[in-house]
Amino acid sequence: MLKHSVIATALAAALNAPLHAVAADDQTLAQIRAEIRQMKESYEARIEALEQRLQASEAKAALPQTAAAPPSATRSGNGFNPDIALILGGTYARLSQDPGNYRIQGFVPGGNEIGPGKRSFNLGESELTLSANVDPRFSGKLTFSLSPENQVSVEEAFFDSIGLVNGVNLKGGRFLSSVGYLNGQHAHTWDFVDAPLVYQAMFGDQYKPDGLQLKWLAPTERFFEVGMEAGNGAAFPGNDRNKNGVGSASLFGHVGDDLGESSSWRAGLAYLRTGAANRSYSDLDHTASEVSNSFDGKSRLWIVDGVYKWAPSGNATHTNFKLQGEYFWRKEDGTLVYDSLAQSLGSASLPFSSAQSGWYMQGVYQFLPAWRFGLRYDRLNSGAPKFGFEGSALGTIDFQRLSPYQPTRSSMIFDYSPSEFSRFRLQLAQDKSRPEVTDKQIFLQYIMSLGAHGAHSF
Amino acid sequence: MKKPSLPLIGLLFALVSMPSHALLNVMACEPEWAALTSELGGDKVKVSSATTALQDPHRIEARPSLIARTRNADFLVCTGLELEVGWLPVLLQQSGNPKIAPGQAGNFEAGSFVQRLDIPSHVDRNDGDVHAAGNPHIQQNPHNIAQVAAALSKRLSGIDPANAGYYEARYKDFSVRWNAAMSKWEQQAASLKNVPVIEHHKNMEYVLQWLGMRQVGTLEPKPGVEPSAAHLTQLLAQLQRQPAKMVLRAAYQDERASQWLSERAHIPALALPFTVGGNDQAKDLFSFFDDTVQRLLEAAK
Repeated sequence: MLKHSVIATALAAALNAPLHAVAADDQTLAQIRAEIRQMKESYEARIEALEQRLQASEAKAALPQTAAAPPSATRSGNGFNPDIALILGGTYARLSQDPGNYRIQGFVPGGNEIGPGKRSFNLGESELTLSANVDPRFSGKLTFSLSPENQVSVEEAFFDSIGLVNGVNLKGGRFLSSVGYLNGQHAHTWDFVDAPLVYQAMFGDQYKPDGLQLKWLAPTERFFEVGMEAGNGAAFPGNDRNKNGVGSASLFGHVGDDLGESSSWRAGLAYLRTGAANRSYSDLDHTASEVSNSFDGKSRLWIVDGVYKWAPSGNATHTNFKLQGEYFWRKEDGTLVYDSLAQSLGSASLPFSSAQSGWYMQGVYQFLPAWRFGLRYDRLNSGAPKFGFEGSALGTIDFQRLSPYQPTRSSMIFDYSPSEFSRFRLQLAQDKSRPEVTDKQIFLQYIMSLGAHGAHSF
Repeated sequence: MKKPSLPLIGLLFALVSMPSHALLNVMACEPEWAALTSELGGDKVKVSSATTALQDPHRIEARPSLIARTRNADFLVCTGLELEVGWLPVLLQQSGNPKIAPGQAGNFEAGSFVQRLDIPSHVDRNDGDVHAAGNPHIQQNPHNIAQVAAALSKRLSGIDPANAGYYEARYKDFSVRWNAAMSKWEQQAASLKNVPVIEHHKNMEYVLQWLGMRQVGTLEPKPGVEPSAAHLTQLLAQLQRQPAKMVLRAAYQDERASQWLSERAHIPALALPFTVGGNDQAKDLFSFFDDTVQRLLEAAK
């Protein structure tokens, strides 16, 4: 092509050149004419071919955009790359009481996310999830959580079996435990801004063991599954005990079904056994000195949970309703070391036991597409802890944080979801977690989800 | 922990090694595939559909009952093309059923066997809920049903070779009846060619393409985004310049946006069955298309 055009240009230049000397004789002239004719013909043929190609491609473009049917119709995520999902969230909080003084009276604090958080604008935790199939047998998933304090933590990191055998599923790593109903769900799918009080008091937000989970789904018409988890026991109410073996174990069972075309339900029962060694918290003694106390012993927890969902003809797009509730009962036995750092009256070790309970009930109604309204009521019963004070100068007054109380909270939400992937929420709450004050809370929240379309569990 | 685990595992195996059923247990994701599997599988299969025609197949809860059904299925027949992406992965994961895991013979994706429409050149959520693999609502073109039937029949024979001859005979019979029905529908619907219509969601593309009808607007501003007042007003203005014959929606879709436009633009709002069971007339695949064509003809008068 290039060669031809160079020759053509050269020829054109040569032909246009003033003929100072008519050097070319008739023979050469005829030769040149023949060459030009040849070139012209060849170019015409090329142009024609190009025109035909253009017409063909135009006709093709005019056809509806279809694809030949290749054997693999669905591509998961980005082909061989993992699916990536990103959750962005943030709140604006107006709290009538100083969140720095927040406590749930009667309960030993633990975990890390207790209370309403900070005032004013707050970045929530941003979550980044990578997931993919490992091989035909396993899939893997990693969720990072980026805290507003610029810390990265591993929210979840686990492998999961794919169709292992006869309803058996094996999971290993760090994962949201299947005990309870809300525990297995990520915070961004919750219907309220914060976790129920009972989750905050008994799990310090959510229970995430590092360990293994084995589940079995029965081959029955009605959904029935049982499972067990074994973990290292480091998650609250346990703590890291530097021990070999299984530090925490749980058993759970779920049963569920439909009620006609419009309703469905699931109920669950779970038992968690874990332990703590030198699990410390700070308390006030009768001299009003801040002392560090610590607990050694075992912790056993029972959970009963239930959820009911309704949508006309099972079509939740327009209107739907969801009712859920959970009841927790926890017993801790062991020894409590008073003032373990001898900051006030000197250390003392006492036999200790407590039986505590709590529940919540919430209902959320989608009254129009994209619009929802919900109510939640939380109630805890700290019970009176039993101390073995024999031979000790201490009394219950030296454990002010554990003095009995029944914290309650009422919350209301309104939320609007412009699409499946974005949500704005208003939450009003009256929090009576401590006897002296009532915290009136207003939250505005946004939750945005980007990337891979996550499937939601029931 | 160590002691109870051995007996427990023993118990598990005792429970799971129960005799299998004689019938092939098929779970279809959508009613059209349940109907097709019944046509082809006859009395050798036990078929149920995970969803009904009155449910939005994009938005299904991964209900416990569905998990239990997925657990017990020998064969899964779904559309694929990301239609079930919001719920099927949960069912598959929780079912622990190796027979129907993705990539296995027991996992059949109908969408792989048809010519797909609306494959986006790029995927951005700014364009709404678009499916990278193309428009997944393939069941409203009977030619697609025919193609899927051929593949499904082969797959049934592969999974259940003992009854291969039976499936083949049923497929041949179905195929003859289906081809005859298609010619009948195409004859009946000849007058629908080039009829302009509005649709609620981009889920009517295949029936429109089949009958040569033209879509001139959607009630949803973008796929998966609820119709807004502003968008509907704009659509109404457009209809005054460029009229359409009808407003189409599927049985599961909310009627209010359609009604609003129908009253103001003075064109009929038409609910198509969309799939088998979408109305009282659409009892099986044949009556589903009979009814669809009849309703379209009625509305286009």
